[in-house]
Amino acid sequence: MDTNKYMQLVTDAAALNNLQKTLQQSKEYTSEKVFICAGGSCITSGSMKVKDAFLLHLRSTALMDSVEVMETGCLGPCALGPVVVIGKDDTFYQKVRVQDVKEIVEKHLVGGNVVESLLHSVDDQKISRKSELPFFKNQDKQVLRNCGKINPTKIADYIACDGYQALSKVLTTSTAEQVVEEVTISGLRGRGGAGFPTGTKWNFARKSKDSTKYILCNADEGDPGAFMDRSILEGDPHSIIEGMAIGAFAIGSTQGYVYVRAEYPLAVERLQIAIDQARTYGLLGENILGTGFNFDLEIRKGSGAFVCGEETALITSIEGNRGEPRPRPPFPAEKGLWNKPTVLNNVETFSNIPLLINLGGAQFAETGTEKSKGTKIFALAGTVKISGLVEVPVGTPLRKLVYDIGGGISSNKKYKAAQIGGPSGGCIPAEHLDVPLDYESLNKLGAIMGSGGLIVMDESSCMVDVARFFLEFVQDESCGKCVPCREGTARMKQIVEKICSGNGEMKDIDELEKLASTVTNASLCGLGQTAPNPVLSTLRHFREEYIEHIVDKKCRTAVCKELIVFEILDLCNGCQACKKVCPVEAIRGEKKKLHNIDDEVCIRCGLCLSTCKFEAIIKY
Amino acid sequence: MEKIQKCSCGSDEEGLLERLEEIIISFKDKPGALIPVLQATQSLFGFIPEEAILKISEMLNEPLSKVYGVITFYSFFSLKPRGQFLIRVCLGTACYVQGANEVLTALKQQLSIDIGETSADKLFTLDVGRCFGACGLAPIIMVNEEVHQWVKPSDVKKILNTYKKQKASTKEEINQEEIS
Repeated sequence: MDTNKYMQLVTDAAALNNLQKTLQQSKEYTSEKVFICAGGSCITSGSMKVKDAFLLHLRSTALMDSVEVMETGCLGPCALGPVVVIGKDDTFYQKVRVQDVKEIVEKHLVGGNVVESLLHSVDDQKISRKSELPFFKNQDKQVLRNCGKINPTKIADYIACDGYQALSKVLTTSTAEQVVEEVTISGLRGRGGAGFPTGTKWNFARKSKDSTKYILCNADEGDPGAFMDRSILEGDPHSIIEGMAIGAFAIGSTQGYVYVRAEYPLAVERLQIAIDQARTYGLLGENILGTGFNFDLEIRKGSGAFVCGEETALITSIEGNRGEPRPRPPFPAEKGLWNKPTVLNNVETFSNIPLLINLGGAQFAETGTEKSKGTKIFALAGTVKISGLVEVPVGTPLRKLVYDIGGGISSNKKYKAAQIGGPSGGCIPAEHLDVPLDYESLNKLGAIMGSGGLIVMDESSCMVDVARFFLEFVQDESCGKCVPCREGTARMKQIVEKICSGNGEMKDIDELEKLASTVTNASLCGLGQTAPNPVLSTLRHFREEYIEHIVDKKCRTAVCKELIVFEILDLCNGCQACKKVCPVEAIRGEKKKLHNIDDEVCIRCGLCLSTCKFEAIIKY
Repeated sequence: MEKIQKCSCGSDEEGLLERLEEIIISFKDKPGALIPVLQATQSLFGFIPEEAILKISEMLNEPLSKVYGVITFYSFFSLKPRGQFLIRVCLGTACYVQGANEVLTALKQQLSIDIGETSADKLFTLDVGRCFGACGLAPIIMVNEEVHQWVKPSDVKKILNTYKKQKASTKEEINQEEIS
């Protein structure tokens, strides 16, 4: 939609309604559309070139003026990108290449016939409608309602889809108390990981008498394997702005900051465009919608420090310091940014707010479980067929995510575990695949809901190595301020490395558990308090793998280098390719005769394995 | 810590210090200006030279020790010049379980450098990252701001060659873009 054409200062609620009506009746809104996913992953897969190809090929048809080629936010199935959806009949095309576009235009848009070869298939059945694909059918897109429908760089698209109506509603018909009350009734809990009730948090800040308050959005999505916030920032940035404005009204703040991590340049770009547009329309700034309410927003970029996702560290970082956390209390709602009362919520939490206000708290609470309301977005990745972004009601079983939505395991191996909650979370083994994904059920299994990263692992992943991976991560990212986290995680990492290298002793497991308890109880912030979780969770569900590493000196997945043995089988025809690449001359054998590997000399680099063309080398 | 080096082609990189002054002035009255100023400095020079640290400390009225402390805390700030192409290998969980470590090893071998080092021709700096949020395409590597997906160790040579061939746009041009 052409934003400039309809650009105007929205002076009051009636003007917003009129603008929405005008936009909905406009040619741009009602025209036939080709949706091109412009999420970060699809762009990487080449979706912008596909878009150009559509524009080019449409030019030579009669449809040039009636079909709009539209960039949208992340549609979800990143692994199938570039993804294209034909609006008129909801056809979903996957892995579209530039050379496929001509056929889509001529055969489908002009001729009305679906291009079968680009459809997604399940069990050899081709499915054309997006809404009938298992990946979409099993989801409940509430927060992501606009992703895939609107152009994230055009505020007009957002306004046409009820955008800023929730803000208008609270500014014209509610008091701050009523807004907080509505959020409390909805039962919304913080989506950043800890799950603190949002209404309670807002109420603390609202009650403070201080005249200056701040509202912050935590977009420092640092958990490896999590990209929910990125997709909202890139796909529907106005929903965050609207949510923050409503929050600001509820607590009595006039200034907000969004702290975005430096690794997300596209998110920063699109959010900045959205902020600028909202200002131009008068939806940010002074006297918003003629109600006398003032609020403005600024982006602050992170500089590559995982700990800054912790609320007090994030605040310290915005203040221009090393991003080190500080003890709580005082909580930020009391003394936060520049010692003023501050509310800090996650991207997804803010994005829930306009939805919640439009639906009403009670209706919002109808989705989810008894203690956890609404939906949750998960970033599904790892060895799953369709990795990507999915949204389901809180309490949906893990199995449904992995098998019904994700299509099952991508390799020919079996499901082993799902790692949920990143470095603060844990692993869910196969026997618990039916666990409902809600805060309480996951806690019982030693995992956490976390921000929503969900990595599926098949039987080729070594769980001791996974624990080592996360310890290396937290050790690297520990800010070093408090001793239990700094030294404790370092010592835990040393012990797990010792086990991985085949030098472990049984007493190491007790030592790990003892240290874990100290680090959990004595660390200053959430990073340290939850850092031992991946170790504790793998010890709980995969203890036998630790014991195998220690007692049998064996890694069943052949991941831990020091425990692998390489062997040449009888299939070897003596081509000498492996002998030539071996950097340490561990391979012996004459030409055209069976070779062998000297295990004492072998450094387990794996070069021979990747060089052999006859599959004559195995590792175990 | 390193100083600004005068370029042999005659262009005076010290001219950038004047630009830095303008940047500092534009941020000066904002609360918490230090980090945005350092981010702009990093873009301007490709690293944070000693002269810039002195100037920032003086103009923002922040002790040198604090400026240095902030620089060394965050991984995006570098006290040493980086190569023209910064290669970051994602070692997030999804990439890790899909074989990112093998890609990293291949890069180290091809470039003959370790993590944090710059190749002798000053073309590549190798670094690791913790999740770029493109887990659906794992394993991925990022070269400057360009993402490469589903990278296999055998792809590494080809990827490096495309950058070697890429008509090396001058560093000034890159900086211009980043700032604007």
